[in-house]
Order: sequence, then structure tokens, then C-alpha cells
Amino acid sequence: MKLLLKITSFIGLGLSIVPAILVFSEHMEPSTCKQLMFLGTIMWFATAPSWMIKKEAASED
Amino acid sequence: MEKSKSLVDRLNAVNEYEQQPIPNNKLKGWGSFLGTYAGEHTAGTEFVIGPLFVAHGASAIDLVTGLLIGNILAVLSWAFLTAKIAVKTRVTLYYLLEKIAGKKFTFIYNLVNAGLFCFLAGSMIAVAATAVGIPFDMAMPQLTDIYPNSMGWVITVFVVGAITTLIAMLGFDQVSKFAMVASPWMIMIFIAAALAVLPRLGVTDTGSFWSVAESTIWTGVPLDGQSKFGFWHIMFFAWFCNMAMHIGMADLSLLRYAKKWEQGFSSAAGMFLGHFIAWIASGILYSLFLIESKGSLTFAPGPIAYSAVGAAGAICVVIAGWTTANPTLYRAGLAIQSINPKWKTWKVTLFVGLFTTIAACFPALVMRLLEFVALYGLILMPVGAVIFIDVYFLEKLGLKSNYAEVKGVQLNWAVASTWIITLSFCLLLNLIFGVEIFFLGLPGWFVAVVVYVLASKLNQKK
Repeated sequence: MKLLLKITSFIGLGLSIVPAILVFSEHMEPSTCKQLMFLGTIMWFATAPSWMIKKEAASED
Repeated sequence: MEKSKSLVDRLNAVNEYEQQPIPNNKLKGWGSFLGTYAGEHTAGTEFVIGPLFVAHGASAIDLVTGLLIGNILAVLSWAFLTAKIAVKTRVTLYYLLEKIAGKKFTFIYNLVNAGLFCFLAGSMIAVAATAVGIPFDMAMPQLTDIYPNSMGWVITVFVVGAITTLIAMLGFDQVSKFAMVASPWMIMIFIAAALAVLPRLGVTDTGSFWSVAESTIWTGVPLDGQSKFGFWHIMFFAWFCNMAMHIGMADLSLLRYAKKWEQGFSSAAGMFLGHFIAWIASGILYSLFLIESKGSLTFAPGPIAYSAVGAAGAICVVIAGWTTANPTLYRAGLAIQSINPKWKTWKVTLFVGLFTTIAACFPALVMRLLEFVALYGLILMPVGAVIFIDVYFLEKLGLKSNYAEVKGVQLNWAVASTWIITLSFCLLLNLIFGVEIFFLGLPGWFVAVVVYVLASKLNQKK
């Protein structure tokens, strides 16, 4: 489960940058990029807190 | 008394082992510091500073070389000044200052710090408000604005300020954890936003970037009413914008957890992700806005980021502003509370939040952020010079270090006079000789060193 969350987070992080690279190389329309980046944002914030904050708390212990 | 001490402790992000050596198992590795610095220095201020360099007419070559050298100097300051002392003393700035300067001085220092925190938090509330106001078609502030320009702006700032204050009243642990989660994503959004708009600026491949940067983005021509920034402005700004943290020693609280002083070099993560890449990225966004709006004086990071990458950009501005404002507001509240520890934390934070929100209504706080950040570092710098001399040189000169503790005095006049004389000297340089605020830190530091040594000799002779 944790692995799945991490994979989803990193896909979300990827969606926050890769579409912009594709816009720069003129392989994607800016409107598509905006939608994918928004999706990436949701994926990141929906999944990353569960494993990042737990990891921090554990390392503090 | 115990309660008062605990409040001072809470001013530090890390609030344990203030007066005793940190156990070896609590020391932190490189990864922890790299993450902390990268997160702390990719924040809401970055959405303002990069564009202000464009507004001040920085040229591309001045910007890149100034940022490179200034950031390297900042990293060296963190490593060779702050980290070395942090590892040697292993105590917070507040505890060390209390031993050197006395409780009364530390109290005054906390109050000044709190005031500066309020204005910094206020500017970040204003930045977040520019993004929150997008769906409501709010009139955005102008680069030349000093006073609020519309009722919509005031209402939006108050809504953002109220939410920020409410969360700060509940404590900032969750916010700092949220900021940690947001940090890698924010860095991605900064880079993505700049990349996505480059074709609109005429950059079609990496080879054409520099020519567009010189001719279109950082043209070297300031906007109407803005002073011209050259290499030295940018270099000194990059070096001194966190002067309070490195030369001013505020980061003793953080770096005392380092296993070795070389971990001070981890500040490079913050400097080169936040103060290099993010400043360049936000400058690119603002430059495109200027071109597409035909030189509009509107200065609003929210709509600029929204135009570049849509909702993700606007969310980034809100989160960046909010995660910077929130802990800052909380710390300001704690500093104010040290006046009277019996005051309820939530009431003090509410008062500080109200004051900060009123300040945030004035766009001048954002438009003059470069000057404010420079002033912030300058005001706290003499304390860092005092600590440097006290730790390394005072005993070699036959004088007592930690004088307030040794003599049991509440106020070490050598420190107080160093602070007053140094800042008066800087003020005179500014008013009489017209030296700009960005350049005052360096001569000021040497003046502080000389004054502290002389004042200590006089003070300790008595």
C-alpha cells in the first residue's frame, strides 16, 4: 500500500514538470499541460502527506 | 520564570537541548539539512524577488553572475561563520545571546525580531491574496501602490489573514509538516512554469535562451519609477537577503544539530534551488507578463503563475505564501508573548495576526520587499558580529566572553552600544552619503566588530 502511494506521488510530481517540458519542446498544447499539472498537484497532495509526514515522525523518534 | 524560559525555547523551530549538549543520536545528517534548506528557501518570497529584479532593470549577465557569486558567498557565510559556531557551542542564538548580552537585551532583540516577522508574514499574506482573488476578478495591486487600491483587495487580504491567523493560533506543527510535503512540488512548479512560457517569449530551443534572456527577459532597463540594479546590487542582495540567518547567527538554532560544521554547506540546496532557479523562473514569468500586458504596472504573482501553468500555479502561490506566513506569524506571537508569559498564546497570536493582516493590506510591503529583506538582515546583523567576536576573539584579547552570565548582569552595555552605534553608522551612510541599503551590511559588520571589542574593553575595565 505504501509503495503504491509513493508511486502515485511520484507520478503526480512527474505530471507537475513533464508536461511543461513537452510544451517547451512544442509537443504539447499549454491547455493540456495546465490540466495535467493540476492533476499532478492533486495526486501529490492526496498521497505524499501519508508517507512523508509519517517518515518524518519516525525519524524524529 | 520557568514559563518565560519555555517561551524563549519555543521561538526556535527545534526546541530541545538548549542548555545541554545534544546527544549524539539526535544529531542530524546531510539529508535532513539539505531538505530543510531547500524547503525554507523555496517559498512565497521567491514569487516576488525574481520579478522585482526584472522591474529594477537587471541585465541577464548581471543577474546570473550576481546570483552565482552572491549565493556562493551566502553558503560560505553559513558554513564558515554560523555552522562552525553552532557546532562549537551547540546552543541556540537566544541562549547564547542571553549569556553574552543578558536577559534584557535578548528581550529587546526578540521584540524587534517579532516586528520584522510580522511585516514578512504580512507580505506573504498579500502574495497569497493575489492568487485567492483570481476567481473574484479582484483589482490587483500596482507596482507603485502604497495604499490598498480596492475594497475587494482589503476583503481578500482579511480572509487570507484570518485563515492564516486561525491556523497559527492552533500551533504550526501541522503547517510545517505540510510545508515539507509541499516543498518538492513547489520547486517543480517553479521550474515548470518558466519552461512552459519560454516558447511564448520566443525561446524554441536551449540554444536560443541566452539571446532571448538578454534581449527580452532581463533587458537591463528598469520600469518607470524603479531604480536601476546592477551586478553589485544583485550580488549583495543574494549574499545578504538571509543575513539574519547566517552572519546574524539565527541559524545557530538549526545548525547546532549538525554532526560536523561542513554540513553548513547544505545551505547550497536552498540557495541554488530557491535563490537561483526559483528567482530566475519567477523573473521569466513576470517578464512575459510585462510583454503580454504591454508594460502594465500590475504586480500580482497569483495571476502571473495562473497564466503560466493554470490552477497548479495559482495553488502554488497560495501555498508558498501561506506556508511562509504561518510559522512566521506564530513565531512573532511567541516573541510578543515573552513580554508577559501569563498572556494566552492564542490571544497574542490573534493580536499579532490582526496587526499583520492590517499591514498586509498595504501593497508597499510587497513592492518594497527587496528593501525590507535587506533591512531585516541589517538590523539583526550586529548581534551576529558580537557572537562571532565573543566566541573566537574576546578571551584571546584578555577579556571575558559570555560577560552577562559571568557577571550576572541583565544588560551588557557593550552589546547594546554595538547595536546602536552600528545601526546609526549604517543610517548615516545611507542618509548622508546615499549608500543604498543593500550595501550597508558589509561595512556595518566591520564597524560592529570594532565597536564591540572597544566597548567590551571599556565595559569590562569598570
